[in-house]
Amino acid sequence: MLTDRHKAEIDDILSRYPVRRSALLPLLHLAQKEEGYVSDAAMKEIAAILRLTPPQVYETVTFYTMLSLKPVGTFHLQVCKSLMCALAGSDNLLGWLQARLGIKPGETTPDRLFTLSAVECLAACGTGPMMQVNEDYYERLTEEKVDRILADLKRDGTSPLKSGPFMWPEPASNKS
Amino acid sequence: MPIYEPVLLKNMSQPGYTGSLKDYEKAGGYRALRTVLGKITPAEVTHLVMKSGLRGRGGAGFPTGVKWGFLPKDYKGPKYLCCNADESEPGTFKDRQLMERDPHQVLEGIAIACYAIGVETAYIYIRGEFVLGANILESAIAEARAAGYLGKAVLGTDITIDIHVHRGAGAYICGEETALLESLEGKRGLPRVKPPFPAIAGLYGKPTVINNVETLANLPHIVNRGPDWFAAIGSPPKSSGTRIFCVSGHVKRPGNYEVPMGITARELIFEQAGGMRSDKPLKAFIPGGASAPFLTPAHLDVKLDFESVAQAGSMLGSGGVTVMEEGTSMVWAALRLTEFFFHESCGKCSPCREGSSWLVQTLRRIMAGQGRMQDLETLTDLCQNIAGRTVCAFGDAEVSPILSTLKYWRHEYEELIRAAEAAGPAELLMPTATRH
Repeated sequence: MLTDRHKAEIDDILSRYPVRRSALLPLLHLAQKEEGYVSDAAMKEIAAILRLTPPQVYETVTFYTMLSLKPVGTFHLQVCKSLMCALAGSDNLLGWLQARLGIKPGETTPDRLFTLSAVECLAACGTGPMMQVNEDYYERLTEEKVDRILADLKRDGTSPLKSGPFMWPEPASNKS
Repeated sequence: MPIYEPVLLKNMSQPGYTGSLKDYEKAGGYRALRTVLGKITPAEVTHLVMKSGLRGRGGAGFPTGVKWGFLPKDYKGPKYLCCNADESEPGTFKDRQLMERDPHQVLEGIAIACYAIGVETAYIYIRGEFVLGANILESAIAEARAAGYLGKAVLGTDITIDIHVHRGAGAYICGEETALLESLEGKRGLPRVKPPFPAIAGLYGKPTVINNVETLANLPHIVNRGPDWFAAIGSPPKSSGTRIFCVSGHVKRPGNYEVPMGITARELIFEQAGGMRSDKPLKAFIPGGASAPFLTPAHLDVKLDFESVAQAGSMLGSGGVTVMEEGTSMVWAALRLTEFFFHESCGKCSPCREGSSWLVQTLRRIMAGQGRMQDLETLTDLCQNIAGRTVCAFGDAEVSPILSTLKYWRHEYEELIRAAEAAGPAELLMPTATRH
């Protein structure tokens, strides 16, 4: 139960809004972070916390691309396929990932480590091609970089190649 | 190449600037809030912003001070400010930089706006994917509260200003201001029918102002340096100030460039962004995000200000400038953007929900070498029956890529179709119902 493990955080979220239902997306994010997806049990529990019906929670969940009703792999690779990234080579990147992982967009590897998705614009158009892996952005991707990231993720669960606070072009003095 | 004095990107361009409260204060941060709080009346602050000529940087370009002025006078109940940080317009990535690199500049702008319009609670509605940005803002809010810039009794006055970060969950439409409010209320992000406008009945039915991140970040500078200073930058009187243009596509140096409004597209693309990435010449560019109609090399000398770009048949929009080189298929480009709009249509209005699906199906057929000349009529007919017939501006936006590429590169559609027809007869496939 979310309430048992995150009582303080839930109370803090609820205190931010004069109307309880506003806490719905924050609580769904919390649930998804915990379980990797939004489970039926989580939707029922959140409905009870917010004094909503489960269908009210469900109808909201289904509107938002980031919320998943099905379990995804440990690492959810989301490659931007919109025009700006496509101009920068995102189709090749997606092809490379498909070949490396042996799965198509929408699929998960048999070891449940990686799920691959092609998604729409993630606001990193000047640094494409790019992908989001769980909460992190990876930008200006090349095939070599992607291979390193996949190896890092498998080995360490994260990669130092992820983006920090964004600025592009970088200020002259910080250029590496 | 002319060097322009950065305003919004100034701090973060300094070596070693981290965006911490200490760094921000050292750079003169929160001086503007001290200047206005309890010393200049809220009405005077609003007047200052009107006088500066500041217009919204999110896309629509509505004058900020005028928007504030729509709030009912002497309203006693709660009012709200929403900072629109949904940044979802393809081609746009400036707000992300403003929030992640100099969060206090955004917070100070929000605090000044709250004071001017008498708001105690502001929400930053940030797109759900910006987890890093949301965390940076949360930390900055905590720092600012501890230092007395936010919270109760701000800077020793009796003024309360609370700012909360609210993450979206992946829906382009939530950048539309009434969809943003619905989403913030915990619902599906369906735009509302207007009127009533948010200034009268917004969040929870209360008077609400929604301003973009970049718009708000300008406020401390307008207070510090005066409205006349701001009004003189760029293309006054209608397009004052700098603009952060986000350059993407086939250029040497894509990225964010803050320049005075009114420099030409040629200067932005060929000087600031370093020109084309290869020896192929420029074929097309989009001047203001995916919703803005495509322009051609003949438009390179158009000034990038609200009026000039509109006159050229497009719009300055969100400042996302996407450049395409010779060899790029315009039918393909239109299809990519139409697929985006199809995915993001919220489904509230039939012309947009069904129309975007039909547009994608028709374009895909043409790209797949199965097009027929009638398809071009179908496309035009669909576009005419979507634009202007929906609750929000999404309908007008989604037809832009198709109508503008048909206008300037119709021969590319025709070539694909002629090749398909020459390949042999095929049945004319009509679009079918929406398939998601």
